[in-house]
Amino acid sequence: MRCDASLASTVTPKADGPLLAVSNLRTVFPVAGGEAAAVDGVSFVVGRGETLGLVGESGSGKSVTALSIMRLVSPPGRIAEGRIELEGRDLLQMEEREMQAIRGRRIGFVFQEPMVALDPVFTIGYQIAETIAVHRLARGASARSRAVELLQAVRIPDPERRAREYPHQLSGGLRQRAMIALALSADPALLIADEPTTALDVTVQAEILDLLRDMRRSFNLSLLLITHDLGVVAEMADRVAVMYGGRIVEEGPVPRVFATPAHPYTRGLLASIPTGAPGTRLHAIPGNVPALGQLPAGCAFAPRCVDRFAPCTERQPELVDIGPGHAARCLLHDPAARQLPGPATGPAGAPR
Amino acid sequence: MPLVEVRQLVKEFPVPGGWLAGRRPVRAVDDVTFSIERGETFGLVGESGCGKTTTGRCLLRLVEPTSGQVRIGGTDVLALSGRELRRARRQFQIVFQDPYSSLNPRMRAGAIVEEPLVIHRIGRADERQVRVRELFELVGLDPGDMTKYPHEFSGGQRQRIGVARAIALEPSLVVADEPVSALDVSIQAQVVNLLLDLQKRLGLTYLFIAHDLRLVRQVCHRVAVMYRGRLVELAPADRIFTAAVHPYTKALLSAIPNLQPGAKLERIPFPASNFRPLPLREVAEGHSAAV
Repeated sequence: MRCDASLASTVTPKADGPLLAVSNLRTVFPVAGGEAAAVDGVSFVVGRGETLGLVGESGSGKSVTALSIMRLVSPPGRIAEGRIELEGRDLLQMEEREMQAIRGRRIGFVFQEPMVALDPVFTIGYQIAETIAVHRLARGASARSRAVELLQAVRIPDPERRAREYPHQLSGGLRQRAMIALALSADPALLIADEPTTALDVTVQAEILDLLRDMRRSFNLSLLLITHDLGVVAEMADRVAVMYGGRIVEEGPVPRVFATPAHPYTRGLLASIPTGAPGTRLHAIPGNVPALGQLPAGCAFAPRCVDRFAPCTERQPELVDIGPGHAARCLLHDPAARQLPGPATGPAGAPR
Repeated sequence: MPLVEVRQLVKEFPVPGGWLAGRRPVRAVDDVTFSIERGETFGLVGESGCGKTTTGRCLLRLVEPTSGQVRIGGTDVLALSGRELRRARRQFQIVFQDPYSSLNPRMRAGAIVEEPLVIHRIGRADERQVRVRELFELVGLDPGDMTKYPHEFSGGQRQRIGVARAIALEPSLVVADEPVSALDVSIQAQVVNLLLDLQKRLGLTYLFIAHDLRLVRQVCHRVAVMYRGRLVELAPADRIFTAAVHPYTKALLSAIPNLQPGAKLERIPFPASNFRPLPLREVAEGHSAAV
């Protein structure tokens, strides 16, 4: 029994429970010779008003996790196992019709590329008003004036005029703001933002992050922020979950994980951010990011890990508690594994 | 004498026809002057559309500049005829941003690296094979993979193929245009370290075009900041980060996400309307700014 799964399953569906509780999620895709899990036994919670940063590289499973929560995994991919409870109700047990009412109304979605969410043939204002009307929150003129208010809330200058414009008439930064307005139009409780600033310039990124922070407060939102950028996590998130090879390998409060990262992968990621003296080499993680269906036996990170010892290539590590709210999936932190034969490698020091 | 000397470089793009016809052309590169010493890594930073990529391409005449001067190793690059230019191109190469689209998907990796040697008629076929094998080893690729196609490699390995191709002719200057920004975080450092190692071994000079300011600080000796086609500040890398003078540079630096959780964020805005196209002037030794 995975300790993270048992932890999450004790969560009772109450109004004062976490807003979102994902337990033991497993999402699979067909590969040559069977199925491979892009997300494998992922469990986490997002509290009310909380921001969880979900960090990982390409193929880590972070975006598939987000799509699974929305039940938007495109076939032949499918959710094979798990529970996704939003406000105590399991989304995976719902009829598609019920789920449609959840999308947008309870969960808003912000993508990396705004043109995924925005329809090029309708004006910005129309799209927002339409979303408000679909969820039966307002109609006609009152929905349209609500749309203008939302554009104003996301600090789009001259919102009356912009509401009558089409997505292509807006700059990248304004389009991102319009998508955030659209995501907030039905007043959701949870906002899932998948790499919301990756395609943007650094000054525009800073503006969008500031905006998301303000929106979180004024709309009383919980935020699931998916990113590869640890700087974005440091600025935005309360807690962080680091994914590698479809699993969460470390989870904890942001200040704690940044100060004392416990998993060698997290340590490597933090160390690979350039901060050193001019002309010095960067800290690199050797090897390549594993492809779906090509995960090694044992720990997925073992082939690239500087701290691996004998059992790492054979045993699948469990998520082990290592401090208040802080857990790592690494045999270095598993007392039982440390007693097995093999070089007694202690946890390596802090990065750098 | 510097390896690269760029003087008053200008590149204008015509605004396409229709109702805009007759309007002033867009100045993508506007009166840019800088030089790069041999063995130096010169960083060119700025946001998308600032003209940094166009500047890099003008140097290699992958884009024809409108006016100005470019000298590389004493050669007036803009004066070269087609044939002379082709011969001179041995001296300057480019590494592109996207290792997924910059390699011909129908060529084997070995042939991609060999191609510049073939074009410049260097060596016999068997000699070239030996050279390609050497290049594979030099960039950390397995020579056994020479017969594979680009899609069989990971992004980081593909960028290594691009680097091997760029250094095949032993150039003196390599323009690296966002060479790692399409790669995963854990892979970026590998490719950057490779570029640093090769610089040491082969005495390469880099024009390093990037938007990642942290990376630029660590790998570049000097950095020029570009905004709307113009250089607004030029200084040793460390000074750009510790003693920036131009308000745009300050705004750019303040926007870098802070890695200290809970740090107080002080963003410095730079409204585009504040911009004045001033010439660079020296504000300290080796440090100039358009103020």
